[in-house]
Amino acid sequence: MNPTLRTISELQALRQSLRRSRDETRPTIAICAGTGCLACGAPDVVEAFKRESQNLKLDGKLEIRATGCHGFCERGPLVLIRPEMICYINVIPEDVPEILNSTVLQGRIIDRLLYEDPITKARIVHEHDIPFYKFQNRLVFGSNGKIDPKKIDDYIAIGGYESLEKVLSSMKREEVIEIVKRSGLRGRGGGGFQTGLKWESCRKAKGREKFVICNADEGDPGAYMDRSLLEGNPHSVIEGMIIGAYAIESEEGYVYVRNEYPLAVENLTLAIEQAKQYGLLGQNILGSGLNFNIKINRGGGAFVCGESTALMASLEGRVGEPRAKYIHTVEQGLWDQPTNLNNVETWANVPIIIREGAEWYASLGTEGSKGTKIFSLVGKINNTGLVEVEMGITLRKIIFEIGGGIPGGKRFKAVQTGGPSGGCLPESLLDLPVDFDRLQEAGSMMGSGGMIVMDEENCMVDMARYFVQFLQEESCGKCTPCREGLDQMAEILNRICEGRGKSEDLNLLQELSQTMIDTSLCGLGLTAPNPVLSTLRYFREEYEAHIREKRCPARFCKHLISFSINPEKCTGCAACVKVCPVEAITGERKKVHQLDGEKCIKCRGCYEACKFEAVSIQ
Amino acid sequence: MPVDLQAVCEIIERHGYQSSALIGILQDIQERMNYLPRKALLQVSKSLDIPLTNIYEVATFYKAFSLEPQGRHTIQVCLGTACHVRGGARILNYLENLLDVKTGETTKDLSFTLQSVNCLGACALGPIMVIDRKYFGRINIQKIESILDQYQDR
Repeated sequence: MNPTLRTISELQALRQSLRRSRDETRPTIAICAGTGCLACGAPDVVEAFKRESQNLKLDGKLEIRATGCHGFCERGPLVLIRPEMICYINVIPEDVPEILNSTVLQGRIIDRLLYEDPITKARIVHEHDIPFYKFQNRLVFGSNGKIDPKKIDDYIAIGGYESLEKVLSSMKREEVIEIVKRSGLRGRGGGGFQTGLKWESCRKAKGREKFVICNADEGDPGAYMDRSLLEGNPHSVIEGMIIGAYAIESEEGYVYVRNEYPLAVENLTLAIEQAKQYGLLGQNILGSGLNFNIKINRGGGAFVCGESTALMASLEGRVGEPRAKYIHTVEQGLWDQPTNLNNVETWANVPIIIREGAEWYASLGTEGSKGTKIFSLVGKINNTGLVEVEMGITLRKIIFEIGGGIPGGKRFKAVQTGGPSGGCLPESLLDLPVDFDRLQEAGSMMGSGGMIVMDEENCMVDMARYFVQFLQEESCGKCTPCREGLDQMAEILNRICEGRGKSEDLNLLQELSQTMIDTSLCGLGLTAPNPVLSTLRYFREEYEAHIREKRCPARFCKHLISFSINPEKCTGCAACVKVCPVEAITGERKKVHQLDGEKCIKCRGCYEACKFEAVSIQ
Repeated sequence: MPVDLQAVCEIIERHGYQSSALIGILQDIQERMNYLPRKALLQVSKSLDIPLTNIYEVATFYKAFSLEPQGRHTIQVCLGTACHVRGGARILNYLENLLDVKTGETTKDLSFTLQSVNCLGACALGPIMVIDRKYFGRINIQKIESILDQYQDR
């Protein structure tokens, strides 16, 4: 049991003693244990390091740390060796004895575990030289690789809770709000509202009590930066929330977190427990007179609960239906009391702003968008992972320099930003700077930071249909424009994808979209037409091909394609026969196979299984 | 199967008989019993003094809850955007054919429940299938049968 810290100087003394006991020159092995790496074998690698270091009697000579996500999920499990910052990728337990013997004990680099530049074929030793990391600015996300998220001492040792000290010892509530305002920080959850203004309104609002909420209901498919922050650095979020609570005078906070993120829930629960033991949460925090507690609520799996009023309804134990916001939640939110809700990444930015100052923070980014933003770069991209970049960087730089371009020599087609409410941007907009306002002008949005890359094999009509169906399922059904509008849109898009589209459908889609934008109750319905409108704006010819020629240019839509086997290429290996779930392919070994188009369900199994490109799609 | 009402009462007690904790209580019951039995919901209704219709409303609104018994193993196929562009829907279709169930249904022998899920946040590994919280990343149709075989007899 950790002793309670009664004053600020006790926290400072603890930090100093932690720092003294830690030798920065001692080798530290940081193994990424985020969900991505855990799923591809990181637990065995951690175990192997512990076992082997005991076998080699390295106890006390080196530190082994299972950390949060390092971001480069494509190449996991990742191992980072400090202080040299040697980065090994795709590490398996069998590599561990060699890493300890060669690299740690003798300083020899193991070439085969290094990242290989796909163009120059050069092996890259250091993390910061790998293009994926080189162009990033990991202000918020960088600490993930330095700490074990299950140990509060790790966070304190790297300067954690220093910003809280600064706030409690020398700043008035108004000053805190002023700094956040001047920093230009805007909400990272999607809306992009000025955080400082929100705090100020909540502070000025009258109520019996006030609440702060951390929105960790990261529902946007293809976005997982909030999860990785909560998993990898939960204390940065907690520290941000305590500072916010001080500024607006709240004593109770909630984190509403997706239940699909078990590791985030686990690490956050532990972090709150540890912060309580140290007295960083609870009554009279560090002797300042501030009382603040945080509770965790697990979401029930409803996308609409990412909307602030729906989230608050869910916190009250009701169904997550949004309400009209004539009265803002900063005035009447949870239990009708003034409530300040911010997203995970927004909260994690707060301690940095306090520590480095508003001017420094505002010097990063563009005119209207300050600081950095974490994006999850996923889809048809070589370097899948989480990237943190300064606002204003171009899409091209993110996708081609950090992301390493499109796999398999395919051609880039579009990037979808902003989640289901965002839009698809074409190749001609690749030089667009990433910034709240520029993205919006282009018909998309920042959203929570999902960036899904698509190549020539993705059909844009199908993408629009995918998002509309997603939202149709997730619409709470309270207001008619959203509920019925999405239903109708889904029907029209289905029709088009199935080759039954009519020439007037495109106008109808546009009309429906406008009605939804004009009349829906909450953000879900208001932005739901974005995927349709943006694909209509930039990829209209694909819609027209589906409707007029009954043709899917990307050869994706099931009803508009057929499969056949090219007798000249087929070697009779029977790989396709084995995968076909409906026995549509027949043929003896070493003889050309036959595909029965009548039976074929177009699952693409054979197309993916064939190593000789003998299965073709018309 | 008899419903362990004792366990239900313990869960309610752990949440301090708070009606605002309804969702958490239902989550814990779902976790423990694999679905929300009617008898358990009646108990919740009585203990928290909430009408059963309200509980039904919440239980059917959120995806996390099921009013039907679930299979011994839950297969989740991710249909998040990243998995979608890499063919997640095809994996789901294939499983529907293979197990002869629709998404959301349970096989007749109660061995598998097939579900879709909107993003598990492990997009680098897409398409992803999860069986009982174990992740199978970068799957394709060829791999599925041998993975399911591991679960067939247990």
